[in-house]
Amino acid sequence: MRAGLGQFFRRAVLLGALGSLVVIPGPVGCGRRSPRPGPARQVIQNIGSDTMVNLAQAWAEAYEQVAPEVSVEVSGGGSGLGIAALLNGTADIANSSRRIEPEEKARITERTGREPREFLVGFDALSIYVHRNNPLEEISLEDLHDIYAEGGPIDRWSQLGVRSIPGARTDRIIRVSRQNNSGTYHYFRDVVCGRTGDFKLGSLDMNGSKDVVELVSRTPAAIGYSGLGYQTDQVKMLRVCRRRGQRGVLPSVATTLDQTYPIARPMFMYTPGEPPPPVRRYLDWVLSPAGQRIVEQTGYIPLRPAATTAAR
Amino acid sequence: MSETPLETLRRHRPRWDRVGERAVEGLIRLCGYSAILFVLGIFLFVFREGAPLLPKLDWGRVLLSPEWYPTSRMHVRYGVAAMIAGTLSVTALAMVLAVPFGLGAAIFVSEFCTGRVKETLKIVIELLAAIPSIVWGFIGLSVTNRLIQTYLPAPVGLNLFNAACLLALMSVPIIVSIGEDALKAVPDSYREAALALGATRWQTVYRVLLPAARHGLLAAVLLGVGRAIGETMAVLMATGHANQFPRSLFDPIRTLTATIAAELGETAVGSDHYRMLFVIGLMLFTITFIVNLLADLAVRGVRNKTG
Repeated sequence: MRAGLGQFFRRAVLLGALGSLVVIPGPVGCGRRSPRPGPARQVIQNIGSDTMVNLAQAWAEAYEQVAPEVSVEVSGGGSGLGIAALLNGTADIANSSRRIEPEEKARITERTGREPREFLVGFDALSIYVHRNNPLEEISLEDLHDIYAEGGPIDRWSQLGVRSIPGARTDRIIRVSRQNNSGTYHYFRDVVCGRTGDFKLGSLDMNGSKDVVELVSRTPAAIGYSGLGYQTDQVKMLRVCRRRGQRGVLPSVATTLDQTYPIARPMFMYTPGEPPPPVRRYLDWVLSPAGQRIVEQTGYIPLRPAATTAAR
Repeated sequence: MSETPLETLRRHRPRWDRVGERAVEGLIRLCGYSAILFVLGIFLFVFREGAPLLPKLDWGRVLLSPEWYPTSRMHVRYGVAAMIAGTLSVTALAMVLAVPFGLGAAIFVSEFCTGRVKETLKIVIELLAAIPSIVWGFIGLSVTNRLIQTYLPAPVGLNLFNAACLLALMSVPIIVSIGEDALKAVPDSYREAALALGATRWQTVYRVLLPAARHGLLAAVLLGVGRAIGETMAVLMATGHANQFPRSLFDPIRTLTATIAAELGETAVGSDHYRMLFVIGLMLFTITFIVNLLADLAVRGVRNKTG
């Protein structure tokens, strides 16, 4: 439910941002003055990835305390929209949960005369959760494909070598998934079912990351995917490897950073050319221990393990 | 100059009084017609949003295929067969549970109890009807989910049976109150005649009252069905929201209403996916319209009989 409300809020913010773009024409950028009366406030337009929007929002709110004279306006809409906004010059910072394509980069450079700058701001890791009674410890992406993807042959726990799960009344694998327009659903589909694949019918489609973990914790025969930050002691996180027979790794800051955990993706912020000082200061703060602590608090992977421990 | 006494009275009233009465009459008339306006307005809105997609749909696939992939990258499919099956199966099971309880309670309240017990029961049943559906959904998610997993051979607690139990509890109050009205409408002379012929109370009920009130009781059941089909929040939370044909009582399912609730908020306005959700809305409109029409016809049946 919380994610649903979040989405609604994001959409409202996006609509608001689009509305303000229509109302206030003219040069858009960090130097623009806020329409509000009072002391001049600098506005940073931050547009892009839906996956990152909660994090971007949390950063923007925390930054109010750090620099009250700067207002960061966050809106979602998707990584593609953020990069398009760079091209149109309507964003000071674009959020993207994928790396910018070379053609996109070339087009922006050609249009604006400045090459976009890339800032790696954190990572997003998806954990695979099963019930704590489940004896399974490890799973491969190939198995996950066969469990989740349309046409995949694995329907039963015995096919994975799990003979019995205490409390489970079935050998059937109860697949827990997300609603079909969630960013997590799309990412998991691309990685596990393939870029041209789809999910198998009949999964229980939950409306939030937390709901997935809660249902798995109550259902012994279930398997589900959700953000690392949603782990509880009622569920077990599986080690994940790419191919059958390899050694799996648990999702963590370390395994995400050395890229041994296979279901994690980098999160980027892009600026059109070299950022002007206020935007630069914001990005520096995002990358600082204070900004990176917020990454971990919102359930994502910060850039450096030391950053968070040192800040505590 | 034939003037009825009422008209004479009206003419002699002060002008202000007459204007006021006209205004109030007009206002009340507007209230009456507004219901029609609202229904038409809602239908037109739903139809307008869904209409551009209607000619593009392959109806055979939509109605017969369970493949619902509105956001697929390569192969978008809009099959709603499994959701229709889900809606119908959960409604049917809910009615199997609710009709005996509802009609039994209606008979008890109307025929077998009096005074304080009757009043208390009626109030409690009305209270049951006043529980918001999100609360039922929450009970489904946390309480019945666990009970079903503990005591029944179900692999998942969120399933057809869980949702049907909740829907049954939600439609029982409707069945009871309308069913009781139907039984009350049977003239007392029927009861007296039955008793005079030496019938026991039970014989009176099932030989005389039930046949006499059958139209009203059918209407009660159909309104209960309407309640169950249109319910959204509780089924979204308790069915498991899994798009598949149910093969057993304990399979998770997905309903038409829950699909709209889960997906409409996050689709791009004007996209095919958005329009398809409105087409599902039109399907629901059609189903509930048919059910209400049947209920109405049943009620008309009872009026003609007693009138």
